[in-house]
Amino acid sequence: MTQLALVIDLNVCVGCHACVTSCKEWNTSGSAGYMSDDRPYGEDPTGTFFNRVQTFECGEFPNTETVHFPKSCLHCEDPPCVPVCPTGASYKRPEDGIVLVDYDLCIGCKYCSWACPYGMREIDEHQKVMKKCTLCVDRIYDMSLDEERRKPACVLACPTSARLFGDVHDPESEVSIAISESGGYALMPEWGTKPANHYLPRRKTRMKIHEDELVRADNPLKKEGKQPKPKITDPSLDDVTSW
Amino acid sequence: MHPAFSVVFLTTLIGAGQGLFLALYTAQSYAAVKLLPAQDSRFYVLGSVIAVALLVGGLIASFFHLGHPERAWRSATRWRTSWLSREVIVLPAMLGAVVAYGLVHWLGWDLSIVGIKTQVPGDLTLIIGAGGTLFAFALFLCTGMIYACIKFLQEWASWLTVVNYTLFGGASGFLLATAYAAYMAPELVKFYAAWTAVITAAVFITRVASLIRNARLKPTSTLQTAIGVRHQRISQKSQGFMGGSFNTREFFHGVKPLLFKSIKWVFLVLVFPLPMLLLWAGLSLYAHGQEQGAYVFSAAFAVQYVGLLAERWFFFAQSNHPQNLYYQTVS
Repeated sequence: MTQLALVIDLNVCVGCHACVTSCKEWNTSGSAGYMSDDRPYGEDPTGTFFNRVQTFECGEFPNTETVHFPKSCLHCEDPPCVPVCPTGASYKRPEDGIVLVDYDLCIGCKYCSWACPYGMREIDEHQKVMKKCTLCVDRIYDMSLDEERRKPACVLACPTSARLFGDVHDPESEVSIAISESGGYALMPEWGTKPANHYLPRRKTRMKIHEDELVRADNPLKKEGKQPKPKITDPSLDDVTSW
Repeated sequence: MHPAFSVVFLTTLIGAGQGLFLALYTAQSYAAVKLLPAQDSRFYVLGSVIAVALLVGGLIASFFHLGHPERAWRSATRWRTSWLSREVIVLPAMLGAVVAYGLVHWLGWDLSIVGIKTQVPGDLTLIIGAGGTLFAFALFLCTGMIYACIKFLQEWASWLTVVNYTLFGGASGFLLATAYAAYMAPELVKFYAAWTAVITAAVFITRVASLIRNARLKPTSTLQTAIGVRHQRISQKSQGFMGGSFNTREFFHGVKPLLFKSIKWVFLVLVFPLPMLLLWAGLSLYAHGQEQGAYVFSAAFAVQYVGLLAERWFFFAQSNHPQNLYYQTVS
């Protein structure tokens, strides 16, 4: 079984919002219709977005760490938004695990948005249907594109390659390896939704130097400089390296 | 959550309609075993008309919640998984049962039209009413479960939600039946008033229990699990946009804490003590043979209905959606 998903590396994300703008650009121009905006240049702009980048700060000044956190539909393996839909407009594709909304069936009751603990679904205020990330389902299977370009718009836009795309059920895939080898985790695991999208944690590479490594053990007189060459018959520390 | 007035009116109106129908049917079943004086069909016909009006009012209110009301018929398709879909099926079924109940009373039909002779007057309406009663309780279950089945809305995810919806509807319907009986069937007033007091006392216990439960709830999701960072101090610095969005409008009630708290006390006063006081006043007026009792009962129903609107508003507003963790700071 295939489960397409994104893996987002929080260690690499710089919070540039390129994924947000390229997502909006691609999906508002798609065959499924525009993503409506209201007052885009006004005092209180609002609009439909599938993807957002948020910023969190851990710790207290001056010991703080900034975490940029891209947030889009996690395409849960057990999506709570699907069974609650009264019309069947909200569905999970069996062939690739993408959670989608059929805009022609949706009655705009917003019940699925209540049933998503992550707040990943929103109503389009003009088309009055629920919308959410489609994993760019209209481009990842587009055979007119080069294979390299058959990826979600956000993945292609990311300047730091913080976003990986692939099949998380294939243990050999780039995303599965990233999850297993770089500590990939799911959001709010407590609700049992089994999100397909994973996040890679912030990581630090530290060199650990032990104190005895700063002192030369074979220099008991603590005299720096060229050591006198011992006689060949003299015993040495390891009987090998003195020569 | 942001309380939608369409849903507030839907749940309170159909609750009162279901309760009124249950009250009518209760009186008829008691009369069938001669525990209460029998009423003529006019009482049941007009009562059914009021119940239908309340149910239709709720149905109309529900359409204001939909983005595409013209597609509402589609919502009956997923009854296997969705409590909302089940409600969409049971509500018209309930409506149909009440219409049939009133119609058969009006036409004066009984089982002899299919050639069955019984000694019980109105036997056909008793059978239809039993079906209507089943639908009424099924509808309470569906309405309550729509909210109770979302496990991460912890304030709702409890059997108390279903019990409260059932008992609030029952209390409101029996109080309306008391006022109705004061005009149409004075000998039923005491019966209905007694049941109103019993149901109101029961729902007072269960609603206060749910308020206590909700006050003691510890949110399962935290900012730590929401973004998956294990740190004791995490604060949001930006939610990703400066303006509003669906996420900031739909899931926050947007009311000042003082007003939010006061609405709780408003409904606690308007739903429980005040209507009971008016009920008692109406009964004592009635005992002295004064006609004004009927007005007092109507006032009691109106006061309690306003209280129920506040209760339903508070029910929605109190529920804290875990997605709110992601929308704590604009920038």
